This record gives sequence, C-alpha cells and structure tokens, in this order.
Amino acid sequence: MNIFVCVKQVPDTETKIVPSGDGSFIETSSIKWIMNPYDEFAVEQALLVQAANAGSTVTVVRVGSVKDTEALRTAMAMGADDAFLVEAADNLDSYMIAKALKGAIEKSGKTPDLILSGKQAIDDDCLQVPQILATMLNLPSVSVVVGYEGSATDITVKREVEGGALEVYGVKLPAMIACNKGINTPRYASLPGIMKAKKKPLTTLSLADVGVSDADKRVKYSNFQLPPEKPPGKKFDATDAAKQAQVVKDVVGLLRTEAKVI
Amino acid sequence: MAKILVFTELHGSHVKGVTLEILGKLAGHTVDVAAIGAIPAEAIADLAKFGAANVHSLKGANLEKYTPEGYANALKGFIAGGSYDYVFAGATSLGKDLLPRVATMFDAGMASEVTNFIMEGDKFAGTRPLFAGKCFAKVELQGPKPHFVTVRPNALGMNANPTAGAASVKEDAVDAGAIRAMIKDIVKGASEKLDLTEANIIVSGGRAMKDAANFKILEEMANVIGATVGASRAAVDSGFAPHAMQVGQTGKTVAPSLYIACGISGAIQHLAGMRTSKVIVAINTDPDAPIFTKADYGIVGDLFTIVPIMTQEFKNLLGK
Ligand SMILES: Cc1cc2nc3c(=O)[nH]c(=O)nc-3n(C[C@H](O)[C@H](O)[C@H](O)COP(=O)(O)OP(=O)(O)OC[C@H]3O[C@@H](n4cnc5c(N)ncnc54)[C@H](O)[C@@H]3O)c2cc1C
Repeated sequence: MNIFVCVKQVPDTETKIVPSGDGSFIETSSIKWIMNPYDEFAVEQALLVQAANAGSTVTVVRVGSVKDTEALRTAMAMGADDAFLVEAADNLDSYMIAKALKGAIEKSGKTPDLILSGKQAIDDDCLQVPQILATMLNLPSVSVVVGYEGSATDITVKREVEGGALEVYGVKLPAMIACNKGINTPRYASLPGIMKAKKKPLTTLSLADVGVSDADKRVKYSNFQLPPEKPPGKKFDATDAAKQAQVVKDVVGLLRTEAKVI
Repeated sequence: MAKILVFTELHGSHVKGVTLEILGKLAGHTVDVAAIGAIPAEAIADLAKFGAANVHSLKGANLEKYTPEGYANALKGFIAGGSYDYVFAGATSLGKDLLPRVATMFDAGMASEVTNFIMEGDKFAGTRPLFAGKCFAKVELQGPKPHFVTVRPNALGMNANPTAGAASVKEDAVDAGAIRAMIKDIVKGASEKLDLTEANIIVSGGRAMKDAANFKILEEMANVIGATVGASRAAVDSGFAPHAMQVGQTGKTVAPSLYIACGISGAIQHLAGMRTSKVIVAINTDPDAPIFTKADYGIVGDLFTIVPIMTQEFKNLLGK
C-alpha cells in the first residue's frame, strides 16, 4: 500500500503566543516547535497499517518552513520511509495547505491508498485540511477517528461525535482518515531510528512546483490580539470547617444575584 | 444585503440552538434555512421566530444518517441552484466535518468556528480563536462565492430577530450521489445529556477526584443545575472518565455560561478548552492553584466536602 501522512509543525502547547505590536502577525522567534500532537497518532497509525500489509511504504508530507524539518525527521525516526516538504511561509490558509499537500502527493509519483492526518492542527484549530484534501483528490474521508481496523482495501473506522457517541463507517480505500486521540498510542522514536532518519530521503518542493500561488488564498487573517485579561475574581477560604457552609451559601448566592447564571 | 443560507441540524423536534444564534445575528439579511429530511412544525416555528424567510427540507435517498459524502453532495446540489453569498452552519461535529467538503466543491474558502461576526453590507468579518484560545484574530473571506462559515455554539447568544415573520416551507429533491464511506452503526455515548460543546453549565473534575466512582458527586450536582459533567486530561488519563468528557487543548473546547472546576489545577492546556466560559468557579485545596487566577469565584477547600454542600445549596435555591 502507498500510505501518506500529513504532518504539521506547531508551537508547543506551553508556548506563550505573542502578537506583533500592530497585530498583523504572531512573533515566532521564541516559539518552540513540535509535531502537531494529533499528527503523532496519524504517523503511528500509518506504521501500524504498514506493518500489517507487507510491502507498504509510508511517506510523510508537510507544508511549512524549510529551516524546521524536525516533524518530518521525527516521523521518519518513528519509522516512515521518506518525506516531502513543500517550502512555504507559515501564513497559508487551509485551502492552500491542502492544495500544496495534494501537489506533493502527486509529485511523489505514487497513487495513495491511504492518507492519514491529525483531526486538527493545534495552531489554527481549523479542522479543514483533511476534508479539503479529500475533496480535492475525490476521496472519501472520515474525521475525528478513534478506532481503525481492516485490510488493504476495506476498513472500518469509528468517528467520535457529540456526547461520546461513535459513528462506525465502512470505507473503501483509497480514503483520507483524520485521527483523534484514542486511536492508538504513538511510539517514541528510538535512537537507532533517529540515526537512520537522517539518511532517509527528504525532497523539498516549492509552492510553484505544486501549483499554489497567492491567487489560492481564501482566508485572510488580521488584528491578532490576546484575549482580554479577566479582572481578578473573588476568593473565599473554606478550609475552616465552621465557615464552610456559609462560604458555599455566599458563593451560590452570588452566582444568582451577581453573575446571574443560576 | 447578502443572500445567506444557514444549514441546520435537527435534534428531535428542535433545531440546534446554534442555528437560532446565527439567525438572530443575521437580522436584516435574506436568510434561507436548509435541513436534511423532514422539518417538524415546532422547528419551523422557531426558525421563523428567529428570522428565517424560507425553510428548505432537502430530501433524497441515502440521507437518513449523516455521511460526509452523501450530505456534501446533497448540500452542494441545493446550494448550486441558490446563488448564495454565504453559507453558515454550527461548529458541531457534523458542521465541522461537512462544511469544508462543501466549500471545496465550490473552490471556496471557509472560516472555522467563529465566536463573533458582523456583516457589513454583504461583507463578512468574523472573530475567531487561534492557538486554543490563546489569541484571537479577525478573519475575512475572499475568492469564489459562496463563502462558508461555522460558528461556535453558545458564543453569540440568543437574540430573536425583531423583524421576524412567517417562513415559507419548501421540499427540495437532492442527490446523495456515490457514498464510499458508508455508515454501518451508531454506538451511543456515555452521556444522554447535552454535549459539552453545547452545554450551558459544566461541572468538571480533575485528578483530585481520585477515582471514577467519585464522579457521582459531580453528577449529583449536575443533575440539580442541569449541567453536563466534564473532566481534565489527568482525570481521563487516570481512567476516571472517558475521553469524550475531556475539556482542553486535546479535548473539547467549551463555552458555557458557568464552568465549575473541581480539583483541577488550571494547566494551560486545560484553560485552553474552557477559558471562554462566561463565569468560572474553582474549588481547590491549594490557594495558589493557577485556576484561581482565571476563576470569578474561587473556593479554597476540599472538594469532597464542598461539592455536596454546594449541591444542597443549589437544591435550596432552586426549590428542588
Ligand atoms: C500536548 C498536551 C495536551 C494536553 N491537553 C490537555 C487537555 O485537553 N485537557 C487537560 O485538562 N489537560 C491537558 N493536558 C495536561 C495538562 O498539562 C495537565 O496535566 C492537566 O490539565 C492536569 O489535570 P488536573 O488539573 O486534573 O491535575 P493536577 O494538575 O494534578 O491538579 C489537581 C488539582 O487538584 C487539587 N486538589 C487535590 N486534592 C483536592 C481536593 N480534595 N479538593 C480540591 N482540590 C484538590 C490540587 O491542589 C491540584 O491543583 C495536556 C498536556 C499536553 C502536554
């Protein structure tokens, strides 16, 4: 099987986000980049499918800055065979990213049997790229997937929806599957894996190579701002058993009279 | 003035609340609403009250249950005949999955999960959170029309449309086309209650809950005040609660009017999911827990004594 995995590099979840003075962009100089946490599940799933289907290859694809290829090397250290990077700035919208991913997959010369990604990138939180890419490639897609089993031609996946309910889909491959936490437990890259990854092929393409230009931009962002700071709240000490009941009564009263939420 | 379609989901005999929130915000524009399948009279009355001009019930084979391809093909076919400028939907499980597919069928762009927006004439400008709510930005759309937008539930609030009148109801035949990802089964979730993403009140427990059985005290409180129960990742990873209950960066993003955090420290990844709650109550034994910096009302104390007392107080207040 030809298995593709789309990965993104995103700011570490602990990173403080700092908009530029005029709010026109996000300062990136002090950001620590990591592989998008949901994409780790996608890489793991690709490797599991590969192991179950002899002769399969796993190719990782990313659109982003050339100076930071860590996510691709990490995926190859986990076991992926090769990688494609479409070199681009960080301000592409979902449509452009999906179009670039499609271009890179086509440039690989291999017809995908399965494309995996995380359900969402934790920087723009758009949840669009898997569905857009699938539509552009005329493939079925299932997103927010927490369960995967099946063969090289037919799979059964579970999609998590409201209230913890699961929709169970039977899917004919080729297809696009976007993974959620719970689908598997990603492996760590071993030291030999990390050494080997350095020698695995990584092809760099430009946006022009994959046919993406400014004319493809659909979504324009501006005015990046931190959320307004909340004024300090009221704090009550209820460690003294004698006062507990009164404190709780006071707070419940405030929820009705002041906050008006009960 | 823009010509707008709002796609709605039905929940029994009602439309989802987020649809009414969107309609209220679109007062002054010509707004059609479409749903897949038959639309109950109660739902139509609600839609009319909030300003829908025309209500379309889209009917065709293989649309009894949601499938990404079936719904996308059906909606695309309907939209193509309508010369709409914008298509809105709620940022629900279904909306978030469906709309990007349909947008791409029109080569169009989409703004995900906006928390506010304005229409200036026929130009849309939205606000949306990025980086799990650590930052907000203005979002605009360009390129081929219609433009697509999903709106986060509970973010806009309910504003009935003052010019609302009666809505006309039409049935439209649509084609689900070829479906390669077929739905085989729907496994019911742990909770029959309103999903966290739509809940108006949430009571969440953290690592301090110690085990799954202790969540009973949160459920008792939730039953009294009509809340949905959530959990921190530490509670989920320790097996006290299913992942569907997790609030935060790798869980659900919620926007209730009241969020009660019990024994949750307030790690940045947890705040990411619940910081847009309108009012936050925190119960924690550690007076320096970071959650207190975000809480409107903080109670320093042991949740195992405080929560039952609070439940009783709510009962007294609500006469239950
Ligand atoms: C990539 C990534 C993604 C993550 N995603 C999420 C996410 O989606 N959601 C999430 O929640 N976390 C997430 N986390 C984890 C997060 O960093 C924290 O570890 C987690 O939120 C801590 O959960 P907690 O507050 O329940 O536990 P703790 O941090 O252990 O806090 C327990 C709190 O309970 C208090 N306490 C103890 N006993 C009592 C008592 N009897 N009564 C009252 N209070 C008591 C303690 O003082 C403490 O403040 C993520 C982390 C990473 C790295």
